[in-house]
This record gives sequence, structure tokens and C-alpha cells, in this order.
Amino acid sequence: MAGTPEAPTTGPAISVRDVVVSYDGRRVLDGINLDIAHGETMVLLGGSGSGKSTLLRQMIGLEHPQSGQILVNGIDLAKSSEKDLKKVRRSIGVAFQNAALFNSMSVEDNVALALREHTHLAESTIRLMTWMKLAVVGLGEFGKISPQALSGGMKKRAAVARALSLDPEILVFDEPSAGLDPIVAAELDELILALKRAFNMTVVVVTHEMASAFRIADRMAMLYKGKLIAVGTKEELQHNPHPRIRQFFDRVPDQIADSAAVDQYFERYLEGSAT
Amino acid sequence: MTTSVVERLGGATLRQVQYVGALVMQLGDALGDLRRTLPLVGNRNRWRSAIGQMLAVGVDAFPMVAVMAICTGFILAMQGASELRRFGATEFVIDLVTVGFTRELGPLLTAIAVSGRSGSAFSAEIGSMVVTEEIDALRTMAIDPVEFVLAPKFLAALIVLPCLTIMSNACGILAGGLFMRLSTAMALSVYLRDVAHSMVLRDVVTGLVKSVAFATIIVQVGCLEGFRVRGGPDAVGRSTTSAVVKSTFFVILADAGFTAIFYLTGGK
Repeated sequence: MAGTPEAPTTGPAISVRDVVVSYDGRRVLDGINLDIAHGETMVLLGGSGSGKSTLLRQMIGLEHPQSGQILVNGIDLAKSSEKDLKKVRRSIGVAFQNAALFNSMSVEDNVALALREHTHLAESTIRLMTWMKLAVVGLGEFGKISPQALSGGMKKRAAVARALSLDPEILVFDEPSAGLDPIVAAELDELILALKRAFNMTVVVVTHEMASAFRIADRMAMLYKGKLIAVGTKEELQHNPHPRIRQFFDRVPDQIADSAAVDQYFERYLEGSAT
Repeated sequence: MTTSVVERLGGATLRQVQYVGALVMQLGDALGDLRRTLPLVGNRNRWRSAIGQMLAVGVDAFPMVAVMAICTGFILAMQGASELRRFGATEFVIDLVTVGFTRELGPLLTAIAVSGRSGSAFSAEIGSMVVTEEIDALRTMAIDPVEFVLAPKFLAALIVLPCLTIMSNACGILAGGLFMRLSTAMALSVYLRDVAHSMVLRDVVTGLVKSVAFATIIVQVGCLEGFRVRGGPDAVGRSTTSAVVKSTFFVILADAGFTAIFYLTGGK
């Protein structure tokens, strides 16, 4: 059904080549090169402002780079015709950070929207397919209600069902565990793994949650200040000596040197007040 | 110091030019997508959404437009009568109200009411869709946001604004009749006969042409303000204010332009 890995297996699913993006003269992405293979789960790691969300927006064709290329199944997103771009977009399912469900429609209509827009299927078929997608994410009985009535975790799962609606080859998650409690976040990780097993999709996940990253990733890529500082398997990254990676993995704050100075100050202050 | 003034002036001018450019480009897209909203030839979901918009923009606005038109008709008749009475020409109030409404006040009042009600609603709706990434979601689903969100509103406004204008004309003129009945005991039938006498097709048509232009301005400005929202909910709030201010401004500017054209080409 979904994710036909036999189709264009020559070359990577997504290829990022020398991508440079600046906003108001500030370089947000600085010469990024990254290949994501078919059927692979790639986790983009990085702190706030590292450029990982920008890279994600580039990969799904919402923005185009100032220089460099983004190829999805060999198609250059910036140079392709409107028709090709639409085709590429239909092969990518995106689950946004805040779910981005349309509040004016029921959950069911959210999932059915792309099918109604892009296919000529009979309404009964669309309903059945929609129910199946919702059942896959465990929301089979919640089709009729408004997205506003769903909890945070359920909203995200509904967003996954919507992302799956056109049977995409590539599934993209922006901060799947943001704003969720650890149990619900873990459930979502399990869902991502289950989907990957079932449909053999290429999965791209942007996150800063290390636990989640380690559970789902085949490979990880670490961004820091718009540059890719490491790409590799979980083990490779775990043993990478790069200070920024160590800092990120060990949860060390940036002002560590300053905090030593603060400690010194307090010590001296306490000594002073004692005498 | 001088350079900074020049720079600032230049920067501000560029921003305005850019804004108008964005408006024109969006209008081009919207006109292209308009066909998709039509019944039978277009996408039935768009037509359904356009009907919803017609109810929201038109039917729900009718009471407000009617009250505004009645009050303004009454005001115009009173103000006119207080002056014209001195020349013993109270009957000219009928001309004043009829010509004033069909040419000018009907379309303008309607546009201002709709801009306040719906222009702000458009920008708030689209702005919050931008903030919650719903517009991005549409694009990743290969659905054009202009076609999906804007085009049905555009079609609805193009149909509904002329209708509201006609009703506004009727309400204003009837209010003038009420005034004449109260102040000079003129029978309504006599009043209406005089109205029919002073009403010219050209005036009605130019008024409706204006209302179509105003509908375009309100929808395009309202939606563009929404699409340009960046940041959080506070930006949505600012965009609604700016949608009403800018669309009212452009409506009056366009009105001046149209009136000048009709005046110069009108002959008598």
C-alpha cells in the first residue's frame, strides 16, 4: 500500500546539497549536505535556533534555499514545475509540531481532505479509507468530533493519520514529542516505529528529545548554528568527541564557565560576610 | 541626518510599493482560481465553501447594513431639508436621497460595514491559520491556500456586495420617504413615483460597479493581511486592525477615483 520502496530506489529519498539559507543577512543554514536513504529513519537533532526546523521546511518544499539544492526522489524542489512540486508534495506526509488540524472541520474531514482534493474516489470509499487511517493511529472512534475536543497526544496522532492519507513514501515529523507528557510521547515514538515497520517508509524527525531520538533513529544528524556537525548511527554519535555533541548529550548549559565565576563570587561574598 | 531621512522615506516608499505589488499578484492568483469556485465547472467543495461565505458576509451583515442605510437616509433627508426649505425646494430632498444613495452612499456604506465585519474576519481567520501552521499544512498537502481559502471568499463577496448595495439603496431611499411623510405629509406612493422619476439606470449601475471593486479590495486586503502574519497571536490581532484600516482607506481612494471617472465621462 504505502511507501513503494521499489519505485525510485536509485539514489537517496531526500538529498540536501550545499544548502544555504539566510534571513535578513543572518545565515540560518550554512552549506548543509545530507542524504537520507529510502526506508531510513533520520533524526535531525539540534538546540533551539540551530536551524533544524528551517532545514525541515526546506525538505518539504515550503521554502527554497538561496543556494544549493534539495532533491526529493531526484526532483529539485526549487526548480521543478508546479505540477512536479505537487506530485512531490503528495509523496510527503507531514505531521506538524502543533498538529495543525483544521479546527473548522471534524477529525474525519481533516483526514479525508487530501483524498477529496486529489482523488476522484467515491465518498463511501473515502470514508472507509479515512476510518482505516484513523484506526491505524488508534483514533477509529473519534472521527466525528472536532479537533478542539482532542487531547494533545490525540491531536498529534490525528495529524499523523492526516499525513498518511495519501499513502506517502516519506513521513516527516516536526517535534513529535513537544508538549506531551513522557508516556504519551513514548506512545507516539512507538507509533512512528510501528508505521515504519508496517509501511517501510522513509521517516524524518526533527526533535531535541534525546530519549525519543535514540528510540526511533536509524541515523542521526546534529545541527549547530546552521552547520551540520555530525551525521551517523546512534552509536557513532554517542561516541563522537565533538564538544557540542557532548554538551548536548550531557545536557550541559552554555554558561558553564560563567557559573563557575558566580560560585567564586558567592564564596568570596560569604567569606566577606563571615568576617 | 539628511541621508537617514531620505533612506527612511525611500524604505517606506519601497514597502508601500511592495505591498501594492503583493496585492496585485494575489489578485491575479485569485482571479485565476475563481473559475474553480464556480458551480458545475469548478470544484464542488469550493462552491459549498463559497455559499457558507455568502451567508457569513452577506446574510448576516444585512441587519447592520439596513440599519446604517436607514439612519443615513434619514440624516441625509433631514440635513438636506433644513437647507432646501429656505428656498422652498423641499421636494429636491427626493433627488438628493435617490441620487446620493444610488451613486455614492449605498455602495460606500455597504463596503465600510462589510470591511469592518468581514475584512477583519478574513484576516483573523487566515492569520490564525498561518500561526497554527494550517496554511503550511495545506501547502504540504498540495492544496493551494489561495484557491482553498481566498477564492471562495472572493466569489462570495463579488456576488453579495452588489446585492447588499441594492438593499442598502432601498433602505436609504425608504428612510427618506419616511422623513418626507413625517415632515411634509407626502404620501409614500407620491414619494416613490418621484424617486422613480429621479432614479437613473446609469447611477445604479455605476454604484454597482463600485461595489464590485470594493468587494475586491476588502477580500484582497483582508486576506493579504492574514497571509502576511508572522509570529504569534498578537500579530493576528494587529493584522485585523490593519485589514480594516487599509481596506477602508483603499475603498475610499477607489471611490474617489471611480467618481472622478464617472464625473468626467458622465456628460451631464
